[in-house]
Amino acid sequence: MSVLEVRDLRVELDTPRGTAHIVNGLDYTVDAGETVAIVGESGSGKSVSVMALLGLLPGHARVGGSARFEDRELVGASESELRTVRGNGIGMVFQDPMTSLNPVLTIGRQVSEGLLAHRLVPSKKAARERAADLLADVGLPDPRGVLDRYPHQLSGGMRQRVVIAIALAGNPRLLIADEATTALDVTVQAQILDLVARLQDEHGTGVVWITHDLGVVAGTADRVLVMYGGRCVEDGTVQEVFDAPAHPYTRGLLGSLPSLESPTEDLVAIPGTPPPPTDLPPGCVFHPRCPVRGDARCATEQPPLVPVGSSGTHRAATFYGLEER
Amino acid sequence: MSATTGETGETGETGETGVTAAPRRRPSLAGLRLLLSSPPSAAAAVVLVVVVLVALFDEQIAPAGANDVDVTQRLQAPGPGHWFGTDDLGRDVLSRVVLGAKVSLQVGAVAVGFSLVAGVLVGLFAGFYGRWVDTVLMRFMDVLFAFPAILLAIAVIAVLGPGTTNAMIAIGITYTPVFARVTRSAVLGVRETVYVRASRSTGASDLRLLFRHVLPNAAPPVIVQTSVSLAFAVLAEAALSFVGLGTQPPDPSWGRMLSEGRGYIDLAWWIAVFPGLAIVLLVLSFNLLGDGLRDVLDPQQRSALQAGKRTPGGRRGRRSR
Amino acid sequence: MTGFALRRTLQALVVLVGVSVVAFALVHLVPGDPVRLALGTRFDQATYDALRERAGLDQPLLTQFFTWFGGAVTGDLGVSFRSGDPVTLLILERLPATASLAVASIVVALLIAVPLGTASALRPRSVVDGAGTVLSQIGISVPEFWMGIMLILVFAGTLGWFPAGGYVPLSEDPVGWLRSLVLPAVTTGLVSGSVLTRFTRSSVLEALSAEHVRTARAKGLGARAVLNWHVLRNALLPLVTVTGVQLAYLLSGVVVVEIVFAWPGLGQLALQSVQARDYPVLQGAVLLFALVFLVLNLVVDLLYSKLDPRISA
Repeated sequence: MSVLEVRDLRVELDTPRGTAHIVNGLDYTVDAGETVAIVGESGSGKSVSVMALLGLLPGHARVGGSARFEDRELVGASESELRTVRGNGIGMVFQDPMTSLNPVLTIGRQVSEGLLAHRLVPSKKAARERAADLLADVGLPDPRGVLDRYPHQLSGGMRQRVVIAIALAGNPRLLIADEATTALDVTVQAQILDLVARLQDEHGTGVVWITHDLGVVAGTADRVLVMYGGRCVEDGTVQEVFDAPAHPYTRGLLGSLPSLESPTEDLVAIPGTPPPPTDLPPGCVFHPRCPVRGDARCATEQPPLVPVGSSGTHRAATFYGLEER
Repeated sequence: MSATTGETGETGETGETGVTAAPRRRPSLAGLRLLLSSPPSAAAAVVLVVVVLVALFDEQIAPAGANDVDVTQRLQAPGPGHWFGTDDLGRDVLSRVVLGAKVSLQVGAVAVGFSLVAGVLVGLFAGFYGRWVDTVLMRFMDVLFAFPAILLAIAVIAVLGPGTTNAMIAIGITYTPVFARVTRSAVLGVRETVYVRASRSTGASDLRLLFRHVLPNAAPPVIVQTSVSLAFAVLAEAALSFVGLGTQPPDPSWGRMLSEGRGYIDLAWWIAVFPGLAIVLLVLSFNLLGDGLRDVLDPQQRSALQAGKRTPGGRRGRRSR
Repeated sequence: MTGFALRRTLQALVVLVGVSVVAFALVHLVPGDPVRLALGTRFDQATYDALRERAGLDQPLLTQFFTWFGGAVTGDLGVSFRSGDPVTLLILERLPATASLAVASIVVALLIAVPLGTASALRPRSVVDGAGTVLSQIGISVPEFWMGIMLILVFAGTLGWFPAGGYVPLSEDPVGWLRSLVLPAVTTGLVSGSVLTRFTRSSVLEALSAEHVRTARAKGLGARAVLNWHVLRNALLPLVTVTGVQLAYLLSGVVVVEIVFAWPGLGQLALQSVQARDYPVLQGAVLLFALVFLVLNLVVDLLYSKLDPRISA
């Protein structure tokens, strides 16, 4: 059963330099208990695409298309409807635990706030009890002691556990993790990934994992969606995409996947940078950086997202190799 | 940015810092263009140029003398002949406002020049030498800073006696600590840089280091502070003259005109309104120019002020490993 | 925490001693004989001798300082050259008027600054923001005494709503006290309010862009809860410090505003003592203003470290 169904999601933003087309028609589905990874360089629109779901973008952003969470349409929903979903049906974990917690409020207050806002607990006292349970659940030692502490008194890993506890407070059916491990060091990163996997198993939560780290994708995701220039350029199961990448961009990304034997610093295998969303190129968005450019239509026509192979789950948007499929 | 160094030592013409601060060098010309591209700064610069011109040619501009008493023309409302009206002695208010510009600008420029030189020197030495030099100098600045500005100026005048010159000294002393603090923190920022340490190890003399390498770094915040302090100094001169401790009769001064006009406020509002508007216009221009200069010269100053209150950790990079 | 408080208090004490030296030096820097200057040309020898002896002016300078300083610490600031009254008494008489004015002014300032600054930050580049920016820019450029005169012109003269000046003690007539307070408090409050509005605006703007605000929204909190607990609480913390410093600056404005409104406070006392060359009174007033400034700053720093959990760590 699908928890989230996104169809033709679009996000536009008026800027001083013209209209920014940040997300340009995104389709994906997340089933209960499933992890979908959205991968791309910074500026590919992946974070914006999930913020749009919860209405967390600035007021002047225009969101189009459809996003159904269970039986509710999120695009165009009123602020009060969205509020009942935020932190309740959908939990969200952000990138930097240093800044995503309020420095001047206690951990206890920040965890119980959401519980009280959604009337999940009858009293402040009960909220405190539940908050302590949640902190224990995410593996924090001495959860009661942590309730009265302030964020700066905790380590980065502990803070991210707190952020996860906050996201889990409303027993969400969907968890969105936006670069949730990027700011953490490698061992803590592994612990957080394990934690989310365990909670997902226990509660059957669907997870959308936004990342630019392909190592994280390989370790956690069931399916992967590669984003470029606000579009999906390739999606499929992790195995399909990693074993037989069809899009030149995906191949580039995988070619730059750092391995343990030869750790590379960053994703630099594809020369150039993504186009600014105010100035997307005509034709295939990846065309200016594409090492192949093997088709006359590349510069003029956006290639459609069409099946690759026979599985029916693997799709790519490229003219390259289209004939052989 | 660094091209604006030469300004720091000057006293006289600080009134036009923003306008003429750019010596013939490209970076500051670009900065000047950037400054004047913001409408508030450009408007402020125009007003300041006009006020300076009025002050320079006041005798030619003013329709009448400052003390041309004409009892037949007492308390005339604004109108043809007396555009700003006349006061209780029949003196032309417009002429007195025009002739008062010089005093305001002079006191402002000299007082701020005094604070600038004294404050920058104190800040340079305190920041550069650190230790007891720093402690002694800055605690002394704290002492001066602890008195309400006007009250300290009043106290200094109590010792020196009333008058325009003493008002300049009093205001100059009052605003010295601000320049010392601004300069010191800028010096602390560069004292330990590789460049300064390298120059030091090659045997450059302290004084040479201070004025050639350290001072230029302090210039942007000091220039911003100069403009803002000019605003304060004009206000302070007006306040001192208002209470009778600044400019003495028969010299016209905006602050004095206000205190003279106050008694006639019910009968003749114009006596107090026009000199007040003149003060507001001049002070507003210095403030706007200060804001503009800050945006151009020292954009991080604002955020640094605020960032100091935020979490020490700050953001980490986006790198995963 | 205690280390910080101790260090900060010690620093304030050092500065206070320095302030005392400056205040003491005032009388002794005056060229000539201060008592003679104060008494003018017509005085009798007996009064002159009594005052000189009472002021201890025949003693060595250092002895004089320690006598005066010792007195000041115990609340004895000497006697007025003019009236012969104890300076401490003169100051205490004037204190309620100035304190009323200062507190009322800061209340006015905050009543303007917090709503206007917050509204401006919540709708940047809106009409409210534009008006707030222009008004606060003008507000900091207007001399207090001129603002006072203009308010008298309109609200005391033309409209006749409030008295043009004079102070009514609270104990005599609370309503009259409040009415007498309105115009002077608004005068100084508008100027401080302008500074605080600008600060509030930038502080709220910064808090709004903080990432924890997004976390709070993602929790499903209502707009009001987000604003109160995750924006304003963070933004207004630094306002505590700035308000304290403003209160201290406000004392400076109060000196002149007291003249405009014939307000029998410390500023007026200080100015009268300058005109009368009554140096012990000026000395006392100056010392008290500086003391209040130092104490306010100290309290604000200590309070801030209590309010912001990050500092006490």
